[in-house]
Amino acid sequence: MHPILLIVFLPLLAAIIGGLGNRGLGNTVVKSLTTGALFASCGLSWMTFIPFLAGTAEASVVPVLTWVHSGTLTFDWALRVDALTAIMLVVITTVSALVHLYSWGYMAEDPDQPRFFAYLSLFTFAMLMLVTANNLVQMFFGWEGVGLASYLLIGFWFKKPSANAAAIKAFVVNRVGDLGFMLGIFGTYLVFQTTSIPEILAAAPGMSGASMTFLGMHLQTMDVLCILLFIGAMGKSAQLGLHTWLPDAMEGPTPVSALIHAATMVTAGVFMVCRLSPMFEAAPVALAMVTFVGAATCFFAATIGTTQWDIKRVIAYSTCSQLGYMFFAAGVGAYGAAMFHLFTHAFFKALLFLGAGSVIHAMHHEQDMRYYGGLRKHIPLTFWAMMAGTLAITGVGIADVFGFAGFYSKDAILEVAWARGTELSHFAFWMGTIAALLTSFYSWRLVFLTFFGKPRWDQSEHIQHAVHDDHGHAAHGHDDHAHHDAHGDGTAGYHPHESPVSMLIPLGVLSIGAIFAGLVFAPPFLQSEEFWGGAIYYNEALLHAMHGVPVWVKLAATVVMLIGVTTAWFAYIKDTSIPGKFVAQFRMLHAFLYNKWYFDELYNFLFVKPAFWLGRQLWMRGDVGLIDRFGPNGAAWVVARGTLAAKRVQSGYLYSYALVMLVGLVAAITWVML
Amino acid sequence: MEFQASLALVAPELVLSLSGLALLLAAAWGGDKASRLISILAVAALVGAGFLAAPALCNGASGPDTLAFGGQVKVDAFAAFAKLLIYLAAAASLIVAPAFFERVKAMRAEYPVLVLFAAMGMGIMVSAADLVTLYIGLELNSLAAYVLAAFLRTDERSAEAGLKYFVLGALASGFLLYGMSLTYGFAGTTSFAGIHAALAGDMSKGALFGLVFVLSGLAFKISAAPFHMWTPDVYEGAPTPVTTFFASAPKVAAMALTMRVVVDAFGAQVQAWQQIVMIVALVSIVVGALGAIGQDNIKRLMAYSSINNVGFILIGLAAATQQGASAMLVYLAIYVAMTIGGFVAILMLKDANGEPVEQIAQIAGLSSHRKVLAVCLAMIMFSLAGIPPLFGFWGKFLVFQAAVQAGMVPLAAIGIAASVIGAFYYLKVVKVMYFDEPANVAVGKSDWAHQALLAICAIFISPLGYLLTGWLGGMADKAAAALYFVG
Repeated sequence: MHPILLIVFLPLLAAIIGGLGNRGLGNTVVKSLTTGALFASCGLSWMTFIPFLAGTAEASVVPVLTWVHSGTLTFDWALRVDALTAIMLVVITTVSALVHLYSWGYMAEDPDQPRFFAYLSLFTFAMLMLVTANNLVQMFFGWEGVGLASYLLIGFWFKKPSANAAAIKAFVVNRVGDLGFMLGIFGTYLVFQTTSIPEILAAAPGMSGASMTFLGMHLQTMDVLCILLFIGAMGKSAQLGLHTWLPDAMEGPTPVSALIHAATMVTAGVFMVCRLSPMFEAAPVALAMVTFVGAATCFFAATIGTTQWDIKRVIAYSTCSQLGYMFFAAGVGAYGAAMFHLFTHAFFKALLFLGAGSVIHAMHHEQDMRYYGGLRKHIPLTFWAMMAGTLAITGVGIADVFGFAGFYSKDAILEVAWARGTELSHFAFWMGTIAALLTSFYSWRLVFLTFFGKPRWDQSEHIQHAVHDDHGHAAHGHDDHAHHDAHGDGTAGYHPHESPVSMLIPLGVLSIGAIFAGLVFAPPFLQSEEFWGGAIYYNEALLHAMHGVPVWVKLAATVVMLIGVTTAWFAYIKDTSIPGKFVAQFRMLHAFLYNKWYFDELYNFLFVKPAFWLGRQLWMRGDVGLIDRFGPNGAAWVVARGTLAAKRVQSGYLYSYALVMLVGLVAAITWVML
Repeated sequence: MEFQASLALVAPELVLSLSGLALLLAAAWGGDKASRLISILAVAALVGAGFLAAPALCNGASGPDTLAFGGQVKVDAFAAFAKLLIYLAAAASLIVAPAFFERVKAMRAEYPVLVLFAAMGMGIMVSAADLVTLYIGLELNSLAAYVLAAFLRTDERSAEAGLKYFVLGALASGFLLYGMSLTYGFAGTTSFAGIHAALAGDMSKGALFGLVFVLSGLAFKISAAPFHMWTPDVYEGAPTPVTTFFASAPKVAAMALTMRVVVDAFGAQVQAWQQIVMIVALVSIVVGALGAIGQDNIKRLMAYSSINNVGFILIGLAAATQQGASAMLVYLAIYVAMTIGGFVAILMLKDANGEPVEQIAQIAGLSSHRKVLAVCLAMIMFSLAGIPPLFGFWGKFLVFQAAVQAGMVPLAAIGIAASVIGAFYYLKVVKVMYFDEPANVAVGKSDWAHQALLAICAIFISPLGYLLTGWLGGMADKAAAALYFVG
């Protein structure tokens, strides 16, 4: 049996058994089963990946089942394994296995643990189907499968209205993208007469320059197809315009945010663009769009990240921003760099999320950073893990000596954007550089607010509840207020505890990844055409030019990183009154950023309100007023009236009966005489 | 020689008339004490007449050989099919009667005799080949029926029913006679075959008048709208066994007679009557359905149900094809079973004192204490509504199929739509029986004869009935072929 079959189907099996067995099997059995399956899958994935690193593996396709054979439309269930898939396999299974383990501790008090673990495994299966797809339809199957799992997991705490709303929002916004993806698949089939990815990619260069007529417009075929496909990617990867669901998705449990909304699912769009890179290379307009949207998102999300107070939302916008980097890297033709950043980002972003989860766990579900502070001494292991993640995301490092993961991937992206040499790529470079500054600022802001300074916990309702409950048990009897005064150090008498070992192990493993992934994997990802083995479009010249960029370009990222960290240090350690003054000075700007560029309000006005209005019209006027009124209700009304009339005619008097007969006779005669 | 052959052909009528006369004498001597015995003998006479009538159907008799008395009477397979149904229905209404009348000490020996004479009259109706024969058969049946309606003469409702039926029946007879004389005047003959020949070319206005009047008179008998006004009042007022009889046998006779008249006598002028039949059919369906909804008396509800069903049967006639005639006959057979079953079930609804229960509200929650009865009644209601897999669906299906194949898709579509309205009141009865708070009114015991008859009807209309579709359809095809025989 090919190991890929086990890698993909073990999580499915675990999900089915765990999901159907649920409480019948009990918490421990389901948790062990799903986690065990994932670790097995993870081990096999690394065993698949390492030969690709060593250059000894060949791309292969493992058939599973026939699926559809209908006329010229033919596609089967099959698992494709090449370098690109192998990278995704290790990313998905590693993060997923660690998140499973982490959830043992994080979800320990939840009443629905089997369901949670089954959903996690189901998600993993769907994601694996997506990345192993050999045809667009199977990719779409995985695409929708991860969407479903994401919906289920965002709304996991389904009794919380905000979680339900977030789940629906994620689903609906993704539908917009999915429509684009579907149209892209249909169009691709129309043009190429196949859904098989290798066949499409082989034929794509030949289609460059071909045009098609749609609604009377002459369009470049490849541009149309790739733009449609990219719209799908924008939805899944939360790019500018279709990004609004991602911050709200933080309503889900934190392990979910780490797995789905940081490391894996949201990168599916990047994966898809890389997988179809030969298609995109034949579509210059679509590539320009990818570059522009990526660069814009990168900048836009980073600006919002600087103002948010919710620790998870900061990381969510950071994710959005980092995805922007990946897209514009792909847009300028450096698919290897995009995949490399995807790879390193998966480690450090999952680490940041799980670290945040550990902080939230320690702070009794408080997520507002205004009520943190001084946690460094109380939860030191979490602190060091978060430090590793922050050093990685901000890209700390010295060229040719050592750097954290993000240093290699982000610098490579910025350099290649400059090296590409077009106006758009320079725009992307500048956007990326500014975003790097902002990234450094908000990341360090997060760390400083959370771990440094004095505790500000006493203003948190969550902490007050926790403290109150404790003292309630201890039957102390004095009220909260007196209690605060008694301590006077901002802790409200609360003692944060370090997370259990099941949560700390994943933090440790991911910290190693965040520290060393860049150093170890940069050479194969960025400089080895053999490693890729044709899995992506490999632009040799561009990567060569990357080494020839001016020194200031190479240093730019490091310089802005230092500016960011310094600013954050001044504002949040040195003189904590600076942020207040800044906000007072630039009230409009702050409000604009704090309210996320008013995207939600704009969409509410442009789409949600009109959709509700239209729905209400169709319901009240169309369904109730028209169909019900003249349909069932109208018919019932007519029948009721007719019954009354029939009753009235049936008076019981002979003469009226005789009259009716005579009238009937006369009517019949009149009819035949006419 | 020819006279003897004629007598042989009308043997069933001879049996019925002779036994009717004999039983009348026996009744005069034996008095009401002998009524049970006379009932049994009357049933035996009907069975005997049935055996004499059956061969014509089995042989598919048709053509000149079936004519008797110089073309006055036509004893073909079609007549035999109708007669068998009529005799069965008459026998059923004899079987159910004693238990009902004896409770009010009103079981009289005249009842079976009157039913026998009515059955004989109906036999003549369906074998009529001449306007005069038609009228004799019709009146023989009607006179017996007027008396039967008022059979509980001390009961106001029964007397009222008899009087209403008589007055309106007389009016209808007037229509019929006027139409017959007009037809005779323009065709120069009373023989169906002669009229057919005389009207082969262009139809004169006078003959058209005659046709309309004749059809109106017949529509009264089948209680088709707008000549249906007597039906609810008479069905409600007449004693329930009599209603059972009215709702079944005369319907078959009058419907068969109508078919005979329009095909044999006016067959050359199909377009002249087809539209009238179509409109009458639709009006009957709608009036029957609408009228039934407002009813709280189950006998009145059944009256409107019969009007509604007549409408559906007339759709087969509107098709004006042999297939339509066959479908009508199958429908009639199923309809007779459903009606008799329905009225027997109503007869079985009694309160603790044995008083008949007729209000629908009083059978609320019947399913909780009379499970089998409730199931049977529910099956009959579903069947009347034409819901598969019950047999009632099959009749409707055949009729609509005939209409569609005759190119009358709109007619079939409207009929199907209207049957939805009908489903409402049938299902309402089921709902009251099964889902309403038990009223515990209908708790009386049932007569074994009622139980047996209900069981037979219920089995016939159950999905098991579909086992008979081949046999029943074959018979109906033979009868329809005889009706449309061109010799």
